[in-house]
Amino acid sequence: MKKVLMGNHALSFGAMLSRSQVIAAYPITPQTQVVELLSEMCADGTLDARFIKVESEHSAMAACIGASIAGARTFTATSAQGLALMHELLHWASGGRLPIVMGNINRAMAPGWSIWSDQNDSLSQRDTGWMQFYCSSNQEVLDTVIQAFKVSEKLSIPSMVILDAFSLSHTYEVVNIPDQADVDAYLPPFDPLYRLTPDDPHAFNGLTSPEHYFELRYKLERDMEKAPALIEETGREYERQFGRYLGLADNYLCEDADVVLVTSGTAGSTARVAVDDLRKSGVRVGNLRIKVFRPFPFDTVRRILKNKKKVAVVDRNISYGHHGIFAQEVKSALYGQGEGTTVFGYVCGLGGRDITPQTFREIVDYARTHEAPEEGILWIGVKR
Amino acid sequence: MTKKKEGKKIVFQSEKEMPMMAMSLGSMLYNKTGSWRNIRPEIKTEACIRCGLCWKFCPDTAIEIEDELPVVDYDYCKGCGICAAECPAGCIVMVEERR
Repeated sequence: MKKVLMGNHALSFGAMLSRSQVIAAYPITPQTQVVELLSEMCADGTLDARFIKVESEHSAMAACIGASIAGARTFTATSAQGLALMHELLHWASGGRLPIVMGNINRAMAPGWSIWSDQNDSLSQRDTGWMQFYCSSNQEVLDTVIQAFKVSEKLSIPSMVILDAFSLSHTYEVVNIPDQADVDAYLPPFDPLYRLTPDDPHAFNGLTSPEHYFELRYKLERDMEKAPALIEETGREYERQFGRYLGLADNYLCEDADVVLVTSGTAGSTARVAVDDLRKSGVRVGNLRIKVFRPFPFDTVRRILKNKKKVAVVDRNISYGHHGIFAQEVKSALYGQGEGTTVFGYVCGLGGRDITPQTFREIVDYARTHEAPEEGILWIGVKR
Repeated sequence: MTKKKEGKKIVFQSEKEMPMMAMSLGSMLYNKTGSWRNIRPEIKTEACIRCGLCWKFCPDTAIEIEDELPVVDYDYCKGCGICAAECPAGCIVMVEERR
């Protein structure tokens, strides 16, 4: 069945089709319509789930952790300051090895107050041990929620499904909604190895001495390292069942490209338009859209960028005192891979400043006319 | 305590033997947190109405019910006083810890 859905509701439908059993959320700004629709679905019986309304995002994640450890498939959604408020509990979820799936709308961090898009909210949670999927269409949002539950539950690692504010969250697109029976066949019920139950009582996440803490973190990282292959495998399985592949990154015309634009989120779909336009005028450019940021898909990025002369990484985020965050990762991926690739790091679109095909033309022009970047950060569109 | 387990320290020799999360590593048993206590609950069981609220509210599960009456496990009771505050019969009093 096809429906015209905004990105927020694509998240809701993804959570509904995944048969989420517990949804805990704080309902006020910076919350979005994701949980509004889910609360309606819970109220009218469309979704057989317990909806827990809480007084803060910190409590929302705490409720999700409790539900997940008891063995429920658990979903929540947030954005920006709400995600920041959850920060402590994000570590509890991943360290507790709970496969919670959360939608996050990429909104710029205050101050000044902003409800417009950039990625600093989710990228600030980079080291919390959550997987992060950056989506570029509402279809991908819905599909990725279902896949994320599957990957998360296999690895016991939580996932964030991330979409740009407004350019996806409030933008309506045609979305193919899979049949419930097909989703059920793809995603079996959550059956955790350990759960909190009176039948087999255990103390979870108590005091852990230096004799054991290190090994627990080692195990988390080892399982995280299994994620890239599992994401590709479950993505192919999804394609066989639903006709849409869900991978780690998209390669659009990178093979013969003189300049490869590296993007994430909706900037990726805008970049494709720019790539098509530029190719019409004889400029060989391509676009590598990185979808999965954690775990970082080193092998895929290396394979696509190998022997490329110029790589232009477009960041809608910034690590103050360093560079754009995807640029750091791409440079780290290319380290030791042979010389000859120059990485240009661009920062643009902070706080919801539009990223348009013209932005990409400017980016490509600079990369084509310079042997190397003149600055660590190449600022595009800042009024100076 | 009828169901009291032995507070033995668990040490795994390899990560392969460990659960993936900090589950039942024994630290809740071998850490005798009762030594933190400054004041101790004393229960006048003759006034106890057997409602079980002290058992329910104790955040350290340091109250067991034996023959329908509450018994404090002083190895783990930190002396927070919640049981005394909640007791509707007023039969739990907090007294200065004897050293």
